[in-house]
Amino acid sequence: MILANLFAADDIDPARSVHWLWPEQAELIYGSIASLLIFGALWKFAGPLVAKAMAARTAEIQTELDESAAAKAEAEAEAAGIRQAAGDIDAERQRLFADADVQAEAVLTEGRARLEQEVAELEARAAADIASASGRVNDELRAEITRISHAATEQLLSSGAIDDGTQQDLIESFISRVGAS
Amino acid sequence: MSDARIDGYARALFEVARAEGTIDEVEDELFRFARSFESSDELRTALTDEQVPAAKRQAIVEDLLGGKATPTTTQLVSMVVGSGRGRDLPAIIDKLVARAANSKDLSVAEVRSAVALTDDQQTRLKAALANATGKQVSLKVIVDPSVLGGIVATVGDTVIDGSVRTRVDQLKSRL
Repeated sequence: MILANLFAADDIDPARSVHWLWPEQAELIYGSIASLLIFGALWKFAGPLVAKAMAARTAEIQTELDESAAAKAEAEAEAAGIRQAAGDIDAERQRLFADADVQAEAVLTEGRARLEQEVAELEARAAADIASASGRVNDELRAEITRISHAATEQLLSSGAIDDGTQQDLIESFISRVGAS
Repeated sequence: MSDARIDGYARALFEVARAEGTIDEVEDELFRFARSFESSDELRTALTDEQVPAAKRQAIVEDLLGGKATPTTTQLVSMVVGSGRGRDLPAIIDKLVARAANSKDLSVAEVRSAVALTDDQQTRLKAALANATGKQVSLKVIVDPSVLGGIVATVGDTVIDGSVRTRVDQLKSRL
């Protein structure tokens, strides 16, 4: 269809394009040659630049890829570190809990021991106080008994309780005892 | 006063009494007087007070002993008091009594009793003490109400205590 249209363009108005798409033949040839020349020149002169630019771009992209990979590795390492740190934190928390338990047990044990000691001391002090009070009361009682006994004895003796008969008995007893010794 | 001076006075009194031939009576009277002197603060003060003139102290002695003791006893006590040795009178008399007992190979047995002893009791007590101590004794009896009852006998360093006072004291100590 296209070729038919191309070769059937002799009766077309010269002011007008013979084909809505294709130029004239000569123009097509010249245009093609010019295009080839341009493309050749572009290939010759711009190609290396483009290739260089593409290589640079490739290198840049590779660099970015490497950096991304490095960043990813770093992020993964950091993530691993964080995970490890989290693990460490958990272990530390467990250790702290264990330490706290041990310390709490120690404090509890020490507190119990101190409490028992204080109770023992209080009991001992109370026992000593009771013994002291008991001793004091006993002493007072003994002193009172002694005082009353002394008073009773003195009163008995001063009232002439030893009569003459008893006096003679005492003297005779003394003489007999000394003489027998 | 030194022991030598006390011995000197005792020896002098003893010789005077022995020369008078009344040593037994004088010794006994002096012993009683010494015990009274020891037990009476008033008498001791009167006979030892340096402010009281010697003549007055001697007059007190003569008032006390005159008619109740032999003249020798009265004069000997008066002499000691007049010479200002009243404070040493008991020591001098004790030495005299010991000397008198020694002269008869006897030991002095000082016996304190709450009541007076009869002659029979004194004889038996003397024999008992001789038996207990192994020495012949010259008995000197002192009536001392503080003994309360029984007897306390002292022969030299030996004390035989059978007094109620001591038993009461022991009872008090135990109480």
